[in-house]
Amino acid sequence: MLLNILHTVLHVTVALTLPPLLLGVIGKVKALFAGRVGPRLLQPYYDLFKLARKGSVISQTTTWVFHLGPVMGLVTPLLALLFVPLVDSHAPVSFNGDLILMVYLLGLGRFCTASAALDTGSSFEGMGAARELTFACLAEPALFLGLLVLVKLTGSMELATMLGSSLAGHWPTAGASLVLVLLSWFIVLLLENSRIPFDDPNTHLELTMIHEVMVLDHSGPAFGMILYGASIKLFLFAALLVRLVMPVSTGSLALDWAVLVGGVLIVAVAIGVVESTVARLRMTHVPLLIVAACLLSGFGLVLLLR
Amino acid sequence: MARTGFAALHPGQAMPKAGLPLLPMPEFQRAIAAGVGRGLRVSALFGHCPAPGAPVELFAVLNDSARAILRGARSVLAADDFPSLTRECPQVHLFEREIAEQYGVTPRGHPWLKPVRFHASYRDLAPGSPAGADADAPAQALLPALEGQAAPGAGTHGAGPLIGVTDFYRVEGEEVHEVAVGPVHAGVIEPGHFRFQCHGEEVLHLEISLGYQHRGVERMLIGGPDKRGIPAIETLAGDTTIGHATAYCQALEALGEGRVPGRAEVLRGVALELERLANHTGDLGALAGDVGFLPTSSYCGRLRGDFLNLSALLCGSRFGRGLVRPGGVAFDVDDARRDQLLTRLAATYRDVQSAVNLLWESASVQARFEGTGRVQPEVALSLGLVGPAARACGIDYDVRSQFPSGIFRFAQVPISTWTTGDVFARAYVRWLEIQRSVLFIQEQMKALPEGPVRTAVGAARPDHVVVTLVEGWRGEICHVAVTDDSGRLARYKVVDPSFHNWMGLALALRNQQISDFPLCNKSFNLSYCGHDL
Repeated sequence: MLLNILHTVLHVTVALTLPPLLLGVIGKVKALFAGRVGPRLLQPYYDLFKLARKGSVISQTTTWVFHLGPVMGLVTPLLALLFVPLVDSHAPVSFNGDLILMVYLLGLGRFCTASAALDTGSSFEGMGAARELTFACLAEPALFLGLLVLVKLTGSMELATMLGSSLAGHWPTAGASLVLVLLSWFIVLLLENSRIPFDDPNTHLELTMIHEVMVLDHSGPAFGMILYGASIKLFLFAALLVRLVMPVSTGSLALDWAVLVGGVLIVAVAIGVVESTVARLRMTHVPLLIVAACLLSGFGLVLLLR
Repeated sequence: MARTGFAALHPGQAMPKAGLPLLPMPEFQRAIAAGVGRGLRVSALFGHCPAPGAPVELFAVLNDSARAILRGARSVLAADDFPSLTRECPQVHLFEREIAEQYGVTPRGHPWLKPVRFHASYRDLAPGSPAGADADAPAQALLPALEGQAAPGAGTHGAGPLIGVTDFYRVEGEEVHEVAVGPVHAGVIEPGHFRFQCHGEEVLHLEISLGYQHRGVERMLIGGPDKRGIPAIETLAGDTTIGHATAYCQALEALGEGRVPGRAEVLRGVALELERLANHTGDLGALAGDVGFLPTSSYCGRLRGDFLNLSALLCGSRFGRGLVRPGGVAFDVDDARRDQLLTRLAATYRDVQSAVNLLWESASVQARFEGTGRVQPEVALSLGLVGPAARACGIDYDVRSQFPSGIFRFAQVPISTWTTGDVFARAYVRWLEIQRSVLFIQEQMKALPEGPVRTAVGAARPDHVVVTLVEGWRGEICHVAVTDDSGRLARYKVVDPSFHNWMGLALALRNQQISDFPLCNKSFNLSYCGHDL
């Protein structure tokens, strides 16, 4: 009981504090590739702090829907993260079938962000919302097919078990499937978090943006919430990957957490490397790569079912 | 083929204005249409109003690059309107709009008659008076112009129309939507307004509306040459300082029978190529940045600065300001400085090679560049595109080769072309030119002739006309100077390469993805202030 409370406290603390660091790591890796010093690792925290103290400019054409976007953009990934086991087989909340809730909490966040974008009536934001939703629809099967592989392997519909320490035993027998899921989910991670090659988080070109263009009208604390929420979502996907690859339970709580944090940072470095070496896809080619992600997960499932 | 009634003109050689045939308007227009039909290009077509309210005089300069000769003629407008030539000859479309706006005359039947720069007509202004009422008129005075200001060129005397307020072409339909971008953009770039008519992500039509940077440079130069001339020209398009300053100085030298010493010719040529190197390198980096390709983007940003610093080594200004002066150049280089320039050039070029080659080696970049924003060669010809944008469509035209002036008469720079007309071609032509420019600078600086770098230039001869052509990094820069009976500039016409090429960008976007616009735009990288003057 006491251990459970400790787990939950640690889980929530890490979920709240660690995510912006991932953005800092990505920034640092990209700077190294570009031959620059780059902003310091903790810069995203300073940015969030700065935004929190700023005022907001709110368009008069907007309604409450516009305000709901940033709030849901922050709350939904946080809630979704409660179902993901960060260490051992423990998640603060878990029940049979929670994987569906987790995925659709993210979907709800996206729905609210897109609604807020449409609420401004701006042609850019409408364009961005259309792009984001189109690509997200295509990415959903990839995520679910991967989850199905885990369901099939572990025989559970609870994320805490599916990504828990029992998964480690399946690597020797079903490694091929799991590698395929890993690749597929990394593509989904890049897409869901609007990273290169799908989207360029650093671009100022509103016509080419996907995610960024939807939040152009938000400013100050609301924009801070969006950035914070985005980093939590990135952390969530990174944690999924880490748990998929290293569902280990060493017996030592400290070591378990070290594995998770280290793993998540490695994912951030990998994202930084991808962003430093690959150009963005042409918008018309984005669906092709997402479909490839679906196929990878699908093949993973086929391998198990044969 | 002088059968056109146009006189032969040599760039950089002044001729008496009377030597330019004065043709009746129908013949003048027929000759232009016939010339363009034979493959000539319109380098300049502009109006001139010698006194307030006087009939408008038209000048035309046709470019026969195949024969390396220009052909010029003039005509006088008897009435306030004339039949438009645009339907027959699309490349005059912007020239006619400009004439309509500057002199309050109407090209009858012009299919696209809209303001170019949204200023009031020059017609009633005394020669040499400030840039026009538009610059000084208070905002209130402009406000009434808001309503119904769509009728363009229709003699907008007095306060000018509001910039950007005009009828835009619209595509109507259930699933068609309009995206308006600018004039204020997200990046630190110049202002311009872009209207996209889109069907989903596909652009059906792009309309570009400029004029926000209009400063009245051409008006400012009237009454010169004077001390204000050079600074105005050098800042006409800040990234083409050397190009425009060279064209201006060549015009004054031709009018004043000045001779430029060989050493100065070399330094001008080197400065022009350094300007090309800096901008082409910056453009390749920016293209990489637009597709999110980090390595080339970040290195080229720095390397552009290194090339700019080489310009600073020559004259103390990274943009080459203060270097080119009538009669030569204002700064000499000593041997130590020359050696330093060559050493630094070699080092920078080595870095550029490795940074840029990453672009061609990276499949993900090539997938973005190839086939994007394609301009067909026949479209490029009919619009009269110039510079890398034209050479990317396989058009063999480079002022340095066909109309060499200065040092380019002795050191020919090969023309770099590509055939595909897409973003890749425009990028690759830049890379080819970078290589040629570095070679040119190395050869020229090693064999720098001895002697002075500047000689005096006499007063401009009265009633003369001169056309000068310079291959700026964006393409053909054409300046035309006309002096009055006292040897003052009565008209100074500047045609920046951007003036020819903006329409090319609009057409390159047809049926492209709207998300590819920034990439196409960067591949042309046109000047707003060079267009707006």
